Amino acid sequence: MEGLLIKVEKRNDVSTSIYFLTPVLAIFLTLIGGAIIFYVLGFNPIEALKFFFVTPISDLYGLSELLVKATPLCLIAIGLSFCFKSNNWNIGAEGQLIFGGIVGGGVALLFYGHDGFYVLPIIILSGAIGGMIFAMIPAILKTYFNTNEILVSLMLVYVAKLLLDYLVVGPWSNPEGFNFPETRQFSESARMPILFDGLRIHAGIFITLATVFLSWLILYKTYLGFQIKVSGLSLKTAKYAGYKGKTMIIIVFIISGACAGLAGVGEITGPIGQLHRNISPDYGFTAIIVAFLGRLNPVGIIFASLVVALTYLGAETAQIFLQVPKYTGQVFQGMILFFLLGSDYLLFFKIKFLGLRKNEL
Amino acid sequence: MSFDINFIGILIGAIMASSVPLILAACGELITERSGVLNLGVEGMMIIGAISGFALMVVTDNLFLAVMGSMLSGLIISIIFALLTQSLLTNHVATGLALTIFGIGMSAMIGKNFVGIPGKEFPLLFVNLKESVPFFGPIIFGHSIILYFAFLLPFLTNYFLKNTKVGLIVRAVGDSPTSASNQGINVLLVRYSCILYGGAMCGLAGAYLSLIYTPQWIENMTGGRGWIALALVVFATWSPIKVLIGALIFGGITILQLHMQAIGLRIPVQLLSALPYIMTIIVLVVISRDSRKIKLNTPTSLGQIFYKEK
Repeated sequence: MEGLLIKVEKRNDVSTSIYFLTPVLAIFLTLIGGAIIFYVLGFNPIEALKFFFVTPISDLYGLSELLVKATPLCLIAIGLSFCFKSNNWNIGAEGQLIFGGIVGGGVALLFYGHDGFYVLPIIILSGAIGGMIFAMIPAILKTYFNTNEILVSLMLVYVAKLLLDYLVVGPWSNPEGFNFPETRQFSESARMPILFDGLRIHAGIFITLATVFLSWLILYKTYLGFQIKVSGLSLKTAKYAGYKGKTMIIIVFIISGACAGLAGVGEITGPIGQLHRNISPDYGFTAIIVAFLGRLNPVGIIFASLVVALTYLGAETAQIFLQVPKYTGQVFQGMILFFLLGSDYLLFFKIKFLGLRKNEL
Repeated sequence: MSFDINFIGILIGAIMASSVPLILAACGELITERSGVLNLGVEGMMIIGAISGFALMVVTDNLFLAVMGSMLSGLIISIIFALLTQSLLTNHVATGLALTIFGIGMSAMIGKNFVGIPGKEFPLLFVNLKESVPFFGPIIFGHSIILYFAFLLPFLTNYFLKNTKVGLIVRAVGDSPTSASNQGINVLLVRYSCILYGGAMCGLAGAYLSLIYTPQWIENMTGGRGWIALALVVFATWSPIKVLIGALIFGGITILQLHMQAIGLRIPVQLLSALPYIMTIIVLVVISRDSRKIKLNTPTSLGQIFYKEK
């Protein structure tokens, strides 16, 4: 061998500390990558990063906004973690979110002008059911027709977006709305309670936290959770153990669809208060990154959702102060996932530094 | 109602044009997948190709450079994917998704200063012959060179995979990387090459959109075509000729729904726009029902991580 400096060896065991440290490394590398991009674009990288990651959360309003964004992200990612853990690639959470929003929004419009404590729970429940139904489509097609769930769930995102567009332009548009593509503002009884005056943080955060707890219970304390994890690790083992693969696929899709639907209904009854064309800034796609960054672990996902929510806020702040497009957030999100996946290499391989060695002929 | 044969010809010409980006991207992805790599970043690579092509056209005023540059940029961004999945052994699905998200964000960032700039006229070949032959004129003549290339590509790809030694190597790597490696084939080299080739073709597909099909830059202008191209590869059961047929069907649906909108049928525009996506799902279901056929044609190692103990 000539002049090898390092040697790569396969690890026999995966170290837990590295397992949860690599996401931190990925975030750090993303900051460096971001600094380089800002430098190339002609900005002072330190200042730009400060606008991106510090300025947005330097006051109470900013912190509340962080939670407003993290609420749906965390919720969807929790649902997706069930799918990803069992090797089901549901990447259409955005569609399930929108469909949940449509169903929930429809019910909210139905109850327009009604008062009563029961209105909001019914809306929330119907949103969850909407997301569930929409997620059942790829699940059933996968189990009974062997259809690729990645492509089906993704195609359905476009279908949901167009359906929403049709509804807010056509039959559901606000009768007094001068043909704006939006519905009426929902009644007060159909809105998520605001937690603090002057801030947008709403009761949806409790739904998210409850879901996190529930999913932790299911994943780590029930037989179902055990089955999900085993079938993700080895389908053969799962079959050998007699787990019903088809039922499991449908269950994990139902769980993730319900979570996405809840996120959708949380958005329209929370910060938005009506249906319009853009009820989600791609939360459903970004949540995929959150799920991975959180290592498909409920607690990890909470932290990951805060980090990724910050990229949304950062992009908004940077748009104002640096005039960069809001899509900069997506660049950061993509980078985080790249670096996270890449640094997973450290999980499975030991890199040994052997020092300089002379060429041997 | 008068039956105008020339109108049908023009319609078929339009269908061909709208299927070009699908053919290019799907043929590129097909080679990548045949080597056992599933790259879900098609949409991201296409959109990067679209903005790079358009930006280069505006900056250099040279269409040749723009087209070459779009291919190069598609190739460059696919290097990220190749590096991660092949050298750092990352999951193909997740890495491809990251590539798409990154590509869409990056393209919007680059494209910020190019919104609203009108495109340049792309030279079309044999325009004078277009009118001279009834029916066949608008089908065969008056297209861009990229369209002719796209319609040749499935046949070239088919020949490459079936009748050349390199094509055989690609298939061998896709079906069994371990035995290919034992035969002394450099699996990494083959897969890297196939990924980069796929990236270049997706870049070209994007450039077709931004330079010829709708000659301007619009954020997110690929609008899911990358995903439809991915579906086409499954639909075609990894056969390039069937990719061509599938792309024409989807091009047909796209053009059909545009015409239905233009006629003013009392069907909501959004439902018509959703047709290509709904059709993709239906076609996938029909094709995939026969799981034996899918299994027989899928590159055996598709999406699996290959690691060689050294």
